Amino acid sequence: MKIARVIGTTISTIKDEKVRGSKLLILRQTNETGEFIGKPFVAVDLVDAGVDELVLTGHGSSARQTYQTKDCPVDAVVIAVIDHLEVDGKIVFRKT
Amino acid sequence: MLIAKVIGTTISTIKDEKLKGRKLLIVRQTDETGTPYGKPYVAVDTLDAGVGDLVLTAHGSGGRQTAITKDSPVDAVIMAVIDHLAVAGEVVYRKE
Repeated sequence: MKIARVIGTTISTIKDEKVRGSKLLILRQTNETGEFIGKPFVAVDLVDAGVDELVLTGHGSSARQTYQTKDCPVDAVVIAVIDHLEVDGKIVFRKT
Repeated sequence: MLIAKVIGTTISTIKDEKLKGRKLLIVRQTDETGTPYGKPYVAVDTLDAGVGDLVLTAHGSGGRQTAITKDSPVDAVIMAVIDHLAVAGEVVYRKE
């Protein structure tokens, strides 16, 4: 899994029938303290995450192991909203 | 999934029989505002996207989960055409 921050949403009318009704969020991977690294990607939201929240994403075929995404043409899902991150015994991120 | 812009089409006569009749579009990844960067790649189009459209592409085995690409030798599929993108609550891209 990756730590990522939700930065936006995508809206599309024309899409594969298996992803109708799925909420698709734009995210960017972060490091272990919640700072951005890397490029944006899009994932199906399973946990009703909001913009600016730090989340965990599952990738590849793992992303299709949920009831909502089984056999769907998706390669990334948001599987958890992070409350806090701890590194070397210190809290480095806390959800506000 | 990745946000990508359709920049062209590929035509080939000699191809795997499972690819016959499939539309293969050349796309380039974009950032969250729709600005292209990086190298182009090719994805199967299942939604009749056109040049200039912003789309979402699913990769790897996720690319073979549509009715059209099931069991095909492909690793990327266009599974949504983007109407608009919102970042931090503001619309940053809108389909013309």
